[in-house]
Amino acid sequence: MSLQVDDLCVYYRSLAGDVKAVDGVSLEVHDGEIMGLAGESGCGKSTLGKALIKLDTRMRWVDGHVTLDGRELPVWDDAAMNDRRYADVSLVPQYAMSALNPTRKLGRMARELLESRGLDFAPVKPELVRRLELVGLEQSVLDLYPIEMSGGMKQRFVLVLSTLLNPSLLIADEITSALDVSTQKAVAEMLVGFRDREFIKSAIMITHDLSILSQVANTILVMYAGKLAEKASTETIVEAPRHPYTRMLIGTLPEVGVRFADRRLAGIKGRPPSLLNPPEGCRFRDRCPLATARCAIEPPYRSCGDGHLVACWEAAA
Amino acid sequence: MLTLDHVSVRYKIGTFGGGSLLAVDDVSFSVERGSVLSLIGESGSGKSTIGRSILRLVPAQSGRITFDGVDVSTLHRRELKEYYRHVQGVFQDPFSSFNPIYKADHVFATVREGFFPGLADRDWRRKIEQALEAVSLTPADVLGKYPHQLSGGQLQRLLVARALLLDIDVLVADEIISMLDASTRIEVLNLLGDLKARGLAIVFITHDLSLGNYISDETVILKKGRVVEAGPTPEVYGHPEDDYTRALLAAVPHLGRRWT
Repeated sequence: MSLQVDDLCVYYRSLAGDVKAVDGVSLEVHDGEIMGLAGESGCGKSTLGKALIKLDTRMRWVDGHVTLDGRELPVWDDAAMNDRRYADVSLVPQYAMSALNPTRKLGRMARELLESRGLDFAPVKPELVRRLELVGLEQSVLDLYPIEMSGGMKQRFVLVLSTLLNPSLLIADEITSALDVSTQKAVAEMLVGFRDREFIKSAIMITHDLSILSQVANTILVMYAGKLAEKASTETIVEAPRHPYTRMLIGTLPEVGVRFADRRLAGIKGRPPSLLNPPEGCRFRDRCPLATARCAIEPPYRSCGDGHLVACWEAAA
Repeated sequence: MLTLDHVSVRYKIGTFGGGSLLAVDDVSFSVERGSVLSLIGESGSGKSTIGRSILRLVPAQSGRITFDGVDVSTLHRRELKEYYRHVQGVFQDPFSSFNPIYKADHVFATVREGFFPGLADRDWRRKIEQALEAVSLTPADVLGKYPHQLSGGQLQRLLVARALLLDIDVLVADEIISMLDASTRIEVLNLLGDLKARGLAIVFITHDLSLGNYISDETVILKKGRVVEAGPTPEVYGHPEDDYTRALLAAVPHLGRRWT
């Protein structure tokens, strides 16, 4: 088992109180698995991703444990995490295109990054060049400034750079959202290729776009308002989702072939609840078409067969 | 009604504007009332530039853009203001379209100052209520709130409501849903469909082919400023003639059908 998260709680500090963005999350990611993490904005998916590598200053670890390859990941201790970051856990951030320092050439940036980890650039460089060629970038890009490259090229460079030390876990936060369809496809396929070549053991791909996840992910985890809603294999989530939220998310996707004139798709009315004082019971209750009186009690996140986990009274029945 | 006739737009680039870039190259199409035309292309295809030139934010170097037979580039002062009464745009990022210091409904106040200075308070309020109703917003939910208190979908609908205050005929919607969640995205898209039923002409600019297919009657596929394929949406999607269109369609991720 590659990654195990037990009952993780990460809150944001605010003047009005704690914002419970990740509230009791447990999950497993196996070796060779690409797990998709989906949900609307404000459901805690990026917070969960960030919590596994670096808490920003507003974030506070409250409870729970993370184990990576059998070793505890000290997510609450910023200094202790330094040894694990990049080498064991790595991140491609949401705006990877703006993650590059505009005043540095790419080669110098790569060298500085490796030196900051106490490594020499020279022995790693051939491997860097080999991997750049693998994703269709020539060695000459190392002499370019970020401004001289297109968004897709920058995204590919960041992906190569962040996986250079063969981390066990890669967190890919919305890496395809800002890209054109053809570049999106290329980057998503790169992620799969890196897993197949074992540059990374496993990955968590965070996005709100379920259709891209259905292309690359092995399993999909759907979050809602800081809690887990449903997890299953990609086929199960796409073909037989149980949680009403997952069903509604899938229902909002306009597939090529569906037209407004023929069939009007429905959005999900309302917004996710504020996580400052999250409602009691099922957090999806207010927007759920199936909600009944017993949804006032929080549904357990439990198995309904064959690795399919769901937190809903109606769905699990 | 709105017609582009062999329009080209050239940008000056380089340190002292020495170089030039042909962003839009000989593009022609027209939009009628009660229809949605989508401009689809990847980054750098010139789709936004076309939208901006319709809104007269960038000048076209050659060709003509006509609105009800009048060449848009000849409009000045009063005529231009009158043009904006009929043609408005909404852009990609709802969060940067609002000034965070003012309440969100400040965007309505600027319309009132500019276009309806003589209107009585009561009539103005009724007008706002009608516009908000058209975009399915409840006045109590959005009026008097600051932008950060509203969701992206609500802000985007407020901007559409602002455009509706002006009895517009043409709405240029430049990537208005690409920053929204899947759940709110479809509601804003359905709103465009409802506006079309009210007789608006909509120029819908997007890089997302499935969204373009869902909402539009006509589709124009652009590549590097040139039109590679244009026609009724079912034709373009069903029987793409051009290799580039086919490649784009093949890259669209589908649920339940894997890329090969």
